[in-house]
This record gives sequence, structure tokens and C-alpha cells, in this order.
Amino acid sequence: MSIDLRAKAASPGRLIFFTLVQVFFIIYAAIIFYPLFNMVTSSFKSTREIIRFPFSLPGRLDFNNYRTVWVDKGFNRYFFNSIWITLVSMVFVLLFGSMAAYGVSRYHYRLRTGIYMLFLSGIMLPLKAAIIPLFLLMRNMGFIDKPISIILIYIAMGLPSTIFILSGFMKTIPKDLEYAARIDGCSDWAIYRRIIMPIVAPALALVSIYNAVPIWNDFFFPLVFIQNPKWKTLPLGLTTFFGQHSTDWSLLFTALTIAILPVLFLYLFMAKYFIKGMTAGAVK
Amino acid sequence: MQAISRRTSERLWIAFFIFPALLIVGVIILLPLFMSLFNSLFSWRQLIRGSFAGLENFRRVFFTEPYRTRFMNAIGHNITWLLMTMLIQNTLGLFIGYLLSRRIFGSEFYKRIIFIPVLFSIVAVGFLWSLYLRPNGLVNSFLKLVGLGQYLRAWLGDEQLATPTIIIVNIWRWVGFPSLVFLAAIDNVPVDCLEAAMLDGARDSTVFFRVILPLIVPSILIITVLTIIGSLNVFEQIYTMTGLDGSPNFSTDTIGTLFYRTAFGSIDSGNPEIGIGSAIGVVIYILTLGASLLSVITLGRKEVEL
Repeated sequence: MSIDLRAKAASPGRLIFFTLVQVFFIIYAAIIFYPLFNMVTSSFKSTREIIRFPFSLPGRLDFNNYRTVWVDKGFNRYFFNSIWITLVSMVFVLLFGSMAAYGVSRYHYRLRTGIYMLFLSGIMLPLKAAIIPLFLLMRNMGFIDKPISIILIYIAMGLPSTIFILSGFMKTIPKDLEYAARIDGCSDWAIYRRIIMPIVAPALALVSIYNAVPIWNDFFFPLVFIQNPKWKTLPLGLTTFFGQHSTDWSLLFTALTIAILPVLFLYLFMAKYFIKGMTAGAVK
Repeated sequence: MQAISRRTSERLWIAFFIFPALLIVGVIILLPLFMSLFNSLFSWRQLIRGSFAGLENFRRVFFTEPYRTRFMNAIGHNITWLLMTMLIQNTLGLFIGYLLSRRIFGSEFYKRIIFIPVLFSIVAVGFLWSLYLRPNGLVNSFLKLVGLGQYLRAWLGDEQLATPTIIIVNIWRWVGFPSLVFLAAIDNVPVDCLEAAMLDGARDSTVFFRVILPLIVPSILIITVLTIIGSLNVFEQIYTMTGLDGSPNFSTDTIGTLFYRTAFGSIDSGNPEIGIGSAIGVVIYILTLGASLLSVITLGRKEVEL
């Protein structure tokens, strides 16, 4: 939107309006920040203090709670599990997704549209609704209580949107680049790997955030498939923890801080990419 | 030996590129969909498939007690979710998106702030607010602090209040999403449309309702469909804040939690009921697909008009 449409503070009516708008946004920012701030401060207070003086600041910064939750209660393991499960899933989402996008966008053949529509239908189907057959399927393959069950599901969840977004980008790349490479004797794989992939690299970043955030946050599938504490992810670990320590507010706030703060830090450094990536499906 | 023809080689390459994704999507997404349809047509004893039952499972879900009451109760709450989210979250999002598009002082900063909770897992947000909303939690302490002591409530323990409270928490988490989608849409409105309106001396509100709103209808549709799908998928919010059985007294039960209990067996019956569960799953599929198709059709028509 151009500069001349900016808020002009000419008339008093507008001045009042834009002051009210500022008040609104400041209150709104407080409604978002204060609960997070209170969560962090509560993690340094005792349960008694939290309940009796909910707004007070902690007397001192005692990191004992963090050691308890991180080491003794196994959050280091949950955290590590979430990281590697998200990473492994994303590697395959990007690899298989970009390959399939290449296959449906850079060749002409009869089944092309059909296969593309098949992939697209995956975007609309709610995978949770198929949990019963998925459970029976994983049981028959012996994948229950193993990370491979949820990794396979995350890959399947990520592929349709990845193929949709990447093939959109790949279609815009001129064919001439490909012909030139072919004359130089490049194989199809080399064209995909050396020419197409570098060009769509920015789209890959977009797709990564679009898919990694829901995978990192997913709770439903670990809840169904994972019981062994060894393989629990952060959201599932947090749930177990809340079940076991429902009255120890001090530890609960510590666990929440451990779950929430790293994401917040990452966001502060990459806000633009997160916003672009997460709204990718709904914004052209 | 003859080298394979160019055509065959190309076909092999296509197969190579498409096969892994096709296999995974086929086995993990499409096959279970058809299995759900298939399973819903049989009677089940625990995990063993019995005889063909036709639409018996669906009949029981819709017309036979206790399933009927539970199902209608749950889907009623999903409708509450949909209406409240549309009315509060998306209207607020449109308002915020519009204000941000005016490039008010600090808009870049506000834009980043409102998107923060969108990143958090529903589980973490649900548990955080479940602590704040306990009778002796932060929310009631705050009300007492500002002199609104008469409004202290057991927010999640009150049958009337529990569902709206959880919806508000969810709006706290998610309102940044529609806000920024609408912001992007408004930023994409052609400047000459706005300039023409401004030159004609149109008021801000006229510009908003007559120029901006009609031009961002596609985004409004997308957000509406995402809200419908999101409202059908409510599960974690209930699980973390009032528990899997939708306490108190099923007043927060949704189709998602009911489906999970039926599928995996819990307090309700004790045993998993695959037939009934599959039928509910199929209903979720149909509603979701209906919403998606509606958007595809209306959006397609809109693009033709433009």
C-alpha cells in the first residue's frame, strides 16, 4: 500500500481514532506477553508463592527446578526426540516432495493431472479421522511404540502441501535451462539436483517452516502410537508430566517454559520467515 | 544390445521421481481412508471384524442411545466452536489486519507480537491456560486485583462456561493467523482502486466496506474453510484443559474427543468400538471434504468472475 494512504493525523477525529488503536494494540501485546512472562517468573517461585502472590517477582533465580525437569524428569530426552523426529521427517518430506513435484511439473504424460490431483486430495483429508485403520496398519507392520510409526505419518502429512507449493514454483522455470543441460549430457537426476533444486531453494525454506512447525507441535499421533518414555516427544512428555505432577505448580511452569521458550527465541530471530512460512497455504 | 528408447527412459525417470511420494501418500493417507469407509460397514467385536452390517453403525450413531445423545452433544459443541471462532477470532483478525495495513505507528512490531502464540503447540498453550484458569489461578487473582471479585469463576469447572473459555484460549493462540492472512490480502488490493476511492472523497469506512472487503473475499473464504476444518478437528484443546471425556459432564465434549474415546475405549464404555468409531470418522471425512469442496467451487467461480 502506498505511502499517501498512511494514517494522516489531520483531523481531531482521526487523532482520537488512532490513539485508541494504539491503546488497543498495547493492551493486546500485554495480553500476549504477560501470560508468558508470568510463566517464566512462576518457574522460579515455589507453589505456595505462585498461589499466594501470583504477580510477585521471584526472590532469586534458582535453576533447581530446571535441573529437575530437564534431567530427572526426562525433558532432555523428550526435547532431543522432538528434534530428531522432526528433522528426519522433514528430510524425507523435502526429498520425496521435491522429487514428486519435479515429476508432476516438468514432464508431460497422460496420468500427470490424475497423479497431481491424487496428491492434492491429501491436503484436504483429515488424517486423524483415519486413526483406526492407521493403528491397525501400524500394528500389523510391528511399528507400534516405535518412532517410525509417527515419522511415516509426518512424511505423509507433509508431502501433499510440499508437492503443491513446490510444483507451483517449478512450473515457472523456463524449459530452455533444461534443454541446455540435456545437450551437455545431464541426466534427469542431474537436472533435478543441479538446476531445478537450487532455483526453488527459497520455496524449500518456506515449505520447511510450513511443515516443521505442525510436526514439532503434534500431539495426537505420539499419543496414539508411543507409550515408551524413551521415544516420547515434547508435547507427549509434557502431557505425561502434567498427569503426574498436577499439584506442583512450580515444576509445571518450569516444564511449560522449557517447552515454549526455545520456540519463542527461534521466532525472535526469524519472525519474517515464520510468518511467511506458516501462512504459505492461505496467502498467494 | 539395444539402448532403451528415449521414451522408455523418460517413463522410468517419471516413475522414479514420483514413486516414493505416491507410495507413502497411498499407504498412509488414501488406504486408511478407504479402510475407514470399509470398516464402518461391518460389525466389530473388539479388534475382530464381524459380518457385513450395511449402514447399521451410522444408524446407531444417529438414532440409538447412548450414541445419539453423545454424538449430538459433541457436534453441538463443534458448532459452538465454529460460530464463536468465526464471530470473535476472524472478525477480530479482519479488524487487526486492516489496522496493520494502515501502517500505524509500531505496526511491524505489533504484527510480530500477535503471531507469537500461533507458533506454540496447542498442548503447551492448553496446559498453560489450564493452570491460569484454575479457581486459585492467575485469571481469578487478576479479577480480584482489579476489583472484579464478583466475577470469580471456576472457568473450566462450570458447564456453561467451560466451552466458551476454551474457545477464548484458542483464539488467544490463533488470532494472529487470520490477522496476517487478511493483512497480506489487503496489502494486495491494487493501489489504484484505493486511490480512486480516496480521490472521490470516500470515508475510511466506505473504502473498507465497498472496496477492500469485496476484493478480499477469496481470503475470507479460505479462512472460513480453515475455521470449519479446525472446528471439526478440536481435540488437543479439550484433552489438555478439561480432559478426554469433555468434563464437566460432557459439556466440552467434541466430535474429536468422542471419536478418540470410541476408537480406543475409555471411561464411556471401556472397550474400543471400531464400527461406531469408523462411522464417526467417516462423518468427519464427509464434513471436512464438504467444506473443502465448497471452497474450491466458490473460489473457482470467483476467479472466473474476476
